[in-house]
Amino acid sequence: MSSSASTSGPVISSGLTPPPTTHRKRSFKRLAEPYFYLSPALMLLALVMILPLVVGLSYAYQNIELLNPFDRGWVGFKHFIALESDRVFWLALKNTFVWTFGSLGLQFIFGLGLALLLNQAFYGRKLIQALVLLPWAVPTFLSGLNWAWLFNPVISPIPHWLAALGILNEPYNILADPELAIIGPIVANVWFGIPFFAITLMAGLQSIPKDLYEAAVIDGATLWQQFTRITLPLLAPIIAITLLLRTVWIANFADLIVVMTNGGPANSSQTIASYIFSTAYKKLDFGYASAVATVLLLLLIIYAALLFGMRKKLLENSGN
Amino acid sequence: MTAYTINRRLWSTGRYLALSLYVLFALFPLFWLFRVSISPTKLLYTEGTSLWPSMVTIENYLIVLQDTSFPTYFLNSVTVSLGTALCTTLIASAAGYAFSRFKFKGKAIIAFLLLLTQMFPLVMVIAPIYRLMQPLGLTDSLTGLIVVYTAFNTPFATFLMQSFFDAVPKDLEDAAMIDGCTRFQALIRIVLPLTLPGMMATLGFIFTAAWSELLFALMLINSESQVTFPVGLLNFISKFSVDWGQMMAAGFLALIPACIFFALIQKYLVTGMTAGAVKG
Repeated sequence: MSSSASTSGPVISSGLTPPPTTHRKRSFKRLAEPYFYLSPALMLLALVMILPLVVGLSYAYQNIELLNPFDRGWVGFKHFIALESDRVFWLALKNTFVWTFGSLGLQFIFGLGLALLLNQAFYGRKLIQALVLLPWAVPTFLSGLNWAWLFNPVISPIPHWLAALGILNEPYNILADPELAIIGPIVANVWFGIPFFAITLMAGLQSIPKDLYEAAVIDGATLWQQFTRITLPLLAPIIAITLLLRTVWIANFADLIVVMTNGGPANSSQTIASYIFSTAYKKLDFGYASAVATVLLLLLIIYAALLFGMRKKLLENSGN
Repeated sequence: MTAYTINRRLWSTGRYLALSLYVLFALFPLFWLFRVSISPTKLLYTEGTSLWPSMVTIENYLIVLQDTSFPTYFLNSVTVSLGTALCTTLIASAAGYAFSRFKFKGKAIIAFLLLLTQMFPLVMVIAPIYRLMQPLGLTDSLTGLIVVYTAFNTPFATFLMQSFFDAVPKDLEDAAMIDGCTRFQALIRIVLPLTLPGMMATLGFIFTAAWSELLFALMLINSESQVTFPVGLLNFISKFSVDWGQMMAAGFLALIPACIFFALIQKYLVTGMTAGAVKG
């Protein structure tokens, strides 16, 4: 009965012995039901995402340079071979790790903290909640421009404050410093992304039955124990899926870097995503850009597989 | 007893301290956006680092509202974002429900395909999408944008909705179905009200994602009357020598619809609707 409702299916059908025809009808309905709910999403995605994706992937094996329209055609693995000696590509790969996990880690930790702080009743909660969610509402392109502005010592006090605190030697623009440039977009990304984790985790926290905490308090559990034994395990499914989705999303997210540093200075803040963007839209070399995108795709698939593997192991270890 | 009170005081002070730090971090950039938008252009660089300019003007706002097409861009963006948010949430709720409540053939493959669509940079699918949409008359139209945005946001929203459905105990609808409800009735009457906070959160995410999307809007739209807000902002940079004050004014105005939208969904986000729904 793999086609029945995932849990307690037998409970529903056990008491009933319907005549054979109805039974066949019912079992067909059961088989078809999940696809009925899925079909709008599947049809839309097949047409508007999967098909273009396949076409986009096929560019990686072709010469498609808009500046060189006569040199077209299939070239096999030429672009992939060229990748090996592409210094910018390897630098961008390294930066992608820093960019993705730096942004993601900070967004998640602060977002979780914020969700926990906001999940209890206190005076002024509604106002604060509305205020802290605001960064999410700013278009990413505009937040990029705004943050580029904020790091500029001529038109923003922030570099001066950082210098006064001893974090910078003197008030200068970190976006122009090859060592620090990537920190700029990461800060902007963290600022923009905290509300996402805060809202999602708050919605998750809302669905944890309050009785669990009441029972735990009666049993003398400390706040920390309540957090590790009730909150975290029950939030785990939402945490796992949001972390996975955001990793994929941030790894592909080029707006902030393109707007704030354009990958510079000297490619020091170039990520794979921003490299793909500039290869495709500045050099107009779609073939090579697609090869780089294919590598990113493969890396993300491996990452997702590792995450799913870990999750499976965790579920097995927990003894269920 | 006193130790307990002191402990509580410390917690409460700590919470307000942490929250105020974060509020400062969240709001300062927005404050700066506003401060630039009300500074006269001639003071932009001379008083660049002072927290408040010595002269304040609303001229930038007047120009944006009266002499540019921004009111049209706003309206276009509201249409596209609302349309996308509603379509996506509806389609993704259905798909998320299927993932959460059924075991079926091809489930893993479908989930993998959904994830796959998020792993490839959008830059690379724009050209194929353009070629697909053109014969359908969906380029240069807001409907076309809604279709593309809905398609792109559906996988993310589906996984999100699945995790919200997963959080609702299955016993609730099983009980309703034993009492004679069909599965669909149980979904509408019992499961959906409980996932309302999650649905509202999804609605909010998709609205803002569509609200700030630049690339597709730039590539698929040609006519001035169909331009969305982020593309309009970009025009400030490319068409004229950048007028920062006007641009920041337009940017600040752009926050308003998103804020109204979040204010509307806010009450669904905070109420603990499922509290006490399942006992034992």
